[in-house]
Amino acid sequence: MSWLHTTMNSTLGKKVLMALTGLFLILFLVIHLLGNLQLLLPDQGAAFNIYAHNMASNPLIRVVSILNFAFILTHVVYSIVLTRLNKNARPVGYAVPNKKSAWASRNMGILGTIILLFIIIHLKGFWYELKFGKVPFVEIDGIMMKNGFALVQAAYSNPIYSLIYVIAMVFLGFHLSHGFQSAFQTLGLNHNKYTTFIKKTGLAFSILIPGLFAMIPIIMYLKSIT
Amino acid sequence: MEEKRNYTLKIWRQKDANDKGGFVTYPLNDISTDMSFLEMIDVLNEKLIADGQEPVHFDHDCREGICGMCSMVINGKPHGPKDAITTCQLHMRSFDHGVTITVEPWRAKAFPVIRDLVVDRTSFDRIIQAGGYVSVNTGGVPDANEIPIPKKIADDAFDAATCIGCGACVAACKNASAMLFVSAKISQLAMLPQGKVERASRAEDMIAQMDEEGFGACTNTGACSAVCPKEISLEHIARMNREYFTAKFTAKKS
Repeated sequence: MSWLHTTMNSTLGKKVLMALTGLFLILFLVIHLLGNLQLLLPDQGAAFNIYAHNMASNPLIRVVSILNFAFILTHVVYSIVLTRLNKNARPVGYAVPNKKSAWASRNMGILGTIILLFIIIHLKGFWYELKFGKVPFVEIDGIMMKNGFALVQAAYSNPIYSLIYVIAMVFLGFHLSHGFQSAFQTLGLNHNKYTTFIKKTGLAFSILIPGLFAMIPIIMYLKSIT
Repeated sequence: MEEKRNYTLKIWRQKDANDKGGFVTYPLNDISTDMSFLEMIDVLNEKLIADGQEPVHFDHDCREGICGMCSMVINGKPHGPKDAITTCQLHMRSFDHGVTITVEPWRAKAFPVIRDLVVDRTSFDRIIQAGGYVSVNTGGVPDANEIPIPKKIADDAFDAATCIGCGACVAACKNASAMLFVSAKISQLAMLPQGKVERASRAEDMIAQMDEEGFGACTNTGACSAVCPKEISLEHIARMNREYFTAKFTAKKS
């Protein structure tokens, strides 16, 4: 299998790994958002808690969640490897910078680093607390389950914490505005029949998904002060 | 109408590959707006020679936009502010009276500076030598239309073939990546019957050489295509990726 190693170790191979892991994470964002929007239902978090409880006890979701962590790690590690390779390719820089491309496309590393910091804060605040922390239990339909809703509600009543979430979504939006369409290009999917569609979908995605995510802390914070 | 303009030139001077180099500022007056950018540098060099100084070294050959020799990053953009032309096709009327113009060489590890604005682009030659040719016997000159090629494919192949190998793509890319150049060379041959025969080994060998030369990876920013004097499209990079992975996953390797 040395040919596979050679292939994936080439500049093109590394980029394909970035594209594939990126697309998986894009898909994950959609699923994650659909689950989280239940936080906004007027049912004191019942739907969200049942959903979170089912997710935590489903073996298939467990496998997917491990894959998700693995793909995030792969995406991060390869971004570091590629950034080093790319920096080495130009030891002496220009006095006048070239701006003939979209800002986000030139700053994916910076955007990604901010998103990674956010993911760490996010995992510490919710994932870790739900899994290993002391979370109050709630009884829904006769089943005792962790009250994740209460945890989220408490977190988002803090305006600074909510603001961090909203700002992080802006960075995510910019990251996606390049990442979405770039992934298809890397996979060789560039054709005048559908590239315009991919680019427009990518733009819509990068506004809509982070926008809806950002709505959750905003609405929950507003609810907490009224 | 012709006009005379004054400029301040900030030009990169470097004795050889090992010299650290730096910018030197030259005031230059009474430059005709009808002059090309290279002619303007010629005027500067005449003055420098008359003053007993070393002229500014720069690459140039045909001066009609087809040879791909001229290579200057002017105010941060390879081949200067205009689109779809080479430096030799750029005229001084594109620069306002009294402005400062910064001129730098192509910057890439794979394009080491030889002197001043002259860089060594033999890394491109080695990529071509790795597979950018047809080595199977294609016979004599065929009769017209004997080999049917749809016009669309002939056009696409020709678009790729217009690449003059100047290296502006590498110079503009934030990663100093050679993907646009290599993809144009792979595409032009992969689309035509004579070139298709060796498409797998060509893609594998040229990309291996490209990586070995120390060019960066592609971030799909599109800066390469935006500065390309021949407006080579990013579609060719996508095609190259398809060629490469198809070759790696399906072709027999000796």
